Amino acid sequence: MVNLEIKIHELVFKNPVLTASGTCGFGEEIADFMDLSLLGGLVVKGTTLKHREGNAYPRMAETPSGMLNAVGLQNKGVDNFISNIYPRIKDLDTHIIVNVNGSTIDEYVALTERLNELDKIPAIELNISCPNVKEGGMAFGISCVSAEAVVKAVRKVYSKTLIVKLSPNVTNIADIAKAVEGQGADSVSLINTLLAMAVNAETRKPVLSTITGGLSGPAIKPIALRMVWQVYNAVKIPVIGMGGIMNATDAIEFMIAGASAVQVGTAIFIDPTIPVQIIDGIASYMERHKIQSINEIIGSLQC
Amino acid sequence: MKKTVTDFLLVENKQLNKDNFQLLLQSPQPFSDIYPGQFINVEIKEATEIFLRRPFSVLDVDYNQQTITLLVKILGRGSKKLTEAIAGQTINAIFPLGKSFTLPDKSDRILLIGGGSGVAPILFLAKICGLNPSNVNVLIGARSASDHIDVSSYLNFGQFFFTTEDGSLGEKGYVTNHPVFCEQLNKFNKIYTCGPDLMMKAIGRTAIKKNIFCEVSLENMMACGFGVCLCCVEDTKTGHKCVCTDGPVFNVNDLKW
Ligand SMILES: Cc1cc2nc3c(=O)[nH]c(=O)nc-3n(C[C@H](O)[C@H](O)[C@H](O)COP(=O)(O)OP(=O)(O)OC[C@H]3O[C@@H](n4cnc5c(N)ncnc54)[C@H](O)[C@@H]3O)c2cc1C
Ligand SMILES: Cc1cc2nc3c(=O)[nH]c(=O)nc-3n(C[C@H](O)[C@H](O)[C@H](O)COP(=O)(O)O)c2cc1C
Ligand code: FES
Repeated sequence: MVNLEIKIHELVFKNPVLTASGTCGFGEEIADFMDLSLLGGLVVKGTTLKHREGNAYPRMAETPSGMLNAVGLQNKGVDNFISNIYPRIKDLDTHIIVNVNGSTIDEYVALTERLNELDKIPAIELNISCPNVKEGGMAFGISCVSAEAVVKAVRKVYSKTLIVKLSPNVTNIADIAKAVEGQGADSVSLINTLLAMAVNAETRKPVLSTITGGLSGPAIKPIALRMVWQVYNAVKIPVIGMGGIMNATDAIEFMIAGASAVQVGTAIFIDPTIPVQIIDGIASYMERHKIQSINEIIGSLQC
Repeated sequence: MKKTVTDFLLVENKQLNKDNFQLLLQSPQPFSDIYPGQFINVEIKEATEIFLRRPFSVLDVDYNQQTITLLVKILGRGSKKLTEAIAGQTINAIFPLGKSFTLPDKSDRILLIGGGSGVAPILFLAKICGLNPSNVNVLIGARSASDHIDVSSYLNFGQFFFTTEDGSLGEKGYVTNHPVFCEQLNKFNKIYTCGPDLMMKAIGRTAIKKNIFCEVSLENMMACGFGVCLCCVEDTKTGHKCVCTDGPVFNVNDLKW
């Protein structure tokens, strides 16, 4: 038996495979396809203080080896999460992590305070990188000063594991990672989607109602890998890698580049059983390479 | 029934006319309880260009043979590629997805209207209703006679009416120009429709005006098909609803039509 356990801050994960925010709902939607307790963790849909309807349809465009989305954080708000969803998922035998969003620092703080009360939520993922909202979102994640300000404010009110999700839409992602580490982030996760667009040549119109959206899927994997490697070399806190992971080999590549854990996103749309296949695939890779503990792989890139 | 990711065997791929193909898929496991309006999300194996699955409504099921029949109309690359699949090939699909039409009561007088890629759920519904004899009327529209698929095996399930834009079969014009729709609509107490957006809107708006029960099956673009991506939403009177899980069938009164 190989040991798949990894640690992010003080939190032990049974394996390094998590499902990414916005791609696995609240877990319940994919429960038909897999035993959720097999997952290392589950990052639920982006949550905001108040209900959000999200952007107008069309919100999706298929692109070569990927897709654009412009969902815009549609969710029923934190009160609904706490009273209706949390009771149903809290006893799942996996770490439930809430993806936290706000348009102002006060909103991030107010939302975090609510989540801090929930026993069965051991960590939050602070999303300062959503490219699909007009206010807040990515704006916080593209400058060191604003990223520091949000993390500093949230850190004051949050005692558990604080993961900060970084935007790839920056010149130097390692600088942002260092900035949030400096304010007490326990981990960074990356990458969120890349700002992109699609045009319909027949109608000369944008495909998305919002004109621009976020690119995800295998198309972004090489960029994500590069960024994970850069950030891993710049910070001491653990890195959670994602972006186009479709199979176990992709996941292992991220870990070799420095990720302590990975998140599977868009791949779930193609096949919701992929996260479990990845866990099995990592285990057989380790057996094949006679690796006892997954920690031996993390950051093992030989340059 | 639980949703599953299944490797189906393509038993038969029959070309019905220029753009329409009928695919017979066999599941390795038994399944049950699939109703008209529900769909399956099919993986199309093609390098890079086609990344997402493509949704197709169920045209028919045979629980004994463990088969599902699809009616695939060529629209773009994905549907084209699927129609090129050959018998013996494996086709991976996620099913069953979505909510079905509300099945009518025996005493209902129903009008089913299909067009374009929306004929499959309409024929499935006609068959299910026709098996429990009731007053079933089916109106199908297409561009011309050669675009209509052969529905002779369905004729004993109800009364059929056709329209073509060029007048080569049935009434000339759109389905909404057919007398059964524009003159005799009051004969019906329930309308079910699936097809091009403009067709469904024209039908739905008339139904709202005349206060006739009407369900439409929407074909919004989907990424996942099982409610996690929130890409397929329709703006309804109660906010954004996922077409793949809250639909694809909606009562027109819930839509902002
Ligand atoms: C619930 C549901 C049930 C469906 N049932 C059937 C069915 O039984 N038979 C059938 O032939 N088709 C059905 N469709 C439509 C079918 O999914 C699309 O025709 C197919 O996805 C097009 O893929 P493509 O790669 O061929 O086209 P693409 O190359 O992706 O696109 C070609 C053109 O088609 C448009 N298009 C793409 N996807 C859709 C869509 N989902 N709805 C409307 N327009 C689209 C694009 O905007 C573009 O203009 C259904 C769709 C849904 C959502
Ligand atoms: C439809 C969709 C919705 C998403 N919603 C969120 C979200 O609410 N919060 C967030 O932090 N990231 C969100 N993401 C980004 C993913 O979590 C992930 O960072 C990104 O898609 C890259 O990984 P992937 O290529 O494996 O999908 C979303 C992505 C997609 C495709
Ligand atoms: S297609 Fe993903 S939620 Fe409907």
